[in-house]
Amino acid sequence: MAALVDSASLGKCELSLTVNGELKTVSVYPMERLLDVLRYQLGLTGSKEGCGEGECGSCSVLMDGELVNSCLIPILQAKDADIVTIEGLAANATLHPLQEAFLQCGGAQCGICTPGMILAALHLLKKKPDPTIEDIREGLSGNLCRCTGYIQIFEAVVEAARRRPVA
Amino acid sequence: MRSDPADYQMVAPGGLQEVVSLLAAEPGMWLPIAGGTDVMVQYAAGTLPSRKLVSIWNLPELRRIDVSPHELCVGAGCTYTDLREHEIVSAQFPLLARAASWTGGIANQNRGTLGGNVVNASPAADSLPALLAYEAELILVSVRGERRLPYVDFHTGYKKTKLASDELIRAICLPRQVSGYFSYTRKVGARNAQAISKVCIAGLGRLAGKVVQDVRIAVGSVAPVPLRLSQTEKVVTGKPLEPAVLALAKQTAVAEVRPIDDIRSTARYRAAVVGNLVVEFLKKLSAGKQG
Repeated sequence: MAALVDSASLGKCELSLTVNGELKTVSVYPMERLLDVLRYQLGLTGSKEGCGEGECGSCSVLMDGELVNSCLIPILQAKDADIVTIEGLAANATLHPLQEAFLQCGGAQCGICTPGMILAALHLLKKKPDPTIEDIREGLSGNLCRCTGYIQIFEAVVEAARRRPVA
Repeated sequence: MRSDPADYQMVAPGGLQEVVSLLAAEPGMWLPIAGGTDVMVQYAAGTLPSRKLVSIWNLPELRRIDVSPHELCVGAGCTYTDLREHEIVSAQFPLLARAASWTGGIANQNRGTLGGNVVNASPAADSLPALLAYEAELILVSVRGERRLPYVDFHTGYKKTKLASDELIRAICLPRQVSGYFSYTRKVGARNAQAISKVCIAGLGRLAGKVVQDVRIAVGSVAPVPLRLSQTEKVVTGKPLEPAVLALAKQTAVAEVRPIDDIRSTARYRAAVVGNLVVEFLKKLSAGKQG
């Protein structure tokens, strides 16, 4: 038993994960939140902290292709994972079609929810390339926006789906 | 007050045997964490009861659904998304599939697990009335071996369960003898997504002619534990669903629940809604209208 609980599990550990296609090695406490590691160690401040308890979706990222709230992920569980944040979407100076659509449709106002909204929309379109309005409402239901009233956001997802391929 | 990660120890042994060995070595000291949708919320609030966590996320032994002719065993580490995407769950256990779709948004459905919902023992958890209606059994595992426990006996009080300090839920098993049953479920809450229920109900029923042959009614958020309305079931079993029987069922259901006033609703409202939902269920059962 001692082997499982010895000093290796106390204090900081080193672990690697892939973030937006780049392998990163970080020195962390295992219970640090993925959100904090992204923002404060890797300088990726696109993912926002809203509620810190998985209710608002502003910290949404993709982990091994699945949409997750990064505020609820202890970093140890992201060991060797493949993470995509909002910073990973645009290719050099070219915006991702979802980002273009959010701009064009007025789907972003203050911008706090926008990275999470776009990641949730990306996850939805990967699963359902031609979503109904109901699919879009459900796919984004874990992401709260206090500015837009949601309609322009839904329109942006419809527009991005129309301009396929989005992956 | 936010927790300081430096105060916490966490391990991820990667296998079920190692996890139960750890639980046995220091009973009650290690808190299992799966998708973190409950544990990390407590961590953020500084109310986590343990400083030692053992990750059970994605353990292969817990993340599988075994189908046999007589039952479906859902690994405790299966997520709501796993449930929603499983063909047999969708086709034969619609109450569970619906409840999974009501639990949080997509991100939480990708991480929240059925075993976590059971062990966290919130009386407001949406999937638990479905488990009661399907008469689920739990498989509990420890270094001492495995045991089976009817789910209806698992909760002993508000957030209290029969899980021993060295035990883990391995699977939740649902008998497959529910074909030919009419199923009904509704969640009443402030909004659909993310909102915790004011009342959640799951019902199964089968008629023989006009007479109720078998009926199961389970409700969440109306007592310290998810509740089977056994008195209400008794007053309708063997009876035709006539207005007098419906009235008696409603009266019995309202008397049988033990709701409280809290931030989400009042005891009076909850009791009234339960009565109305029971009547709606029985009327639909009578008309054979699936819903």
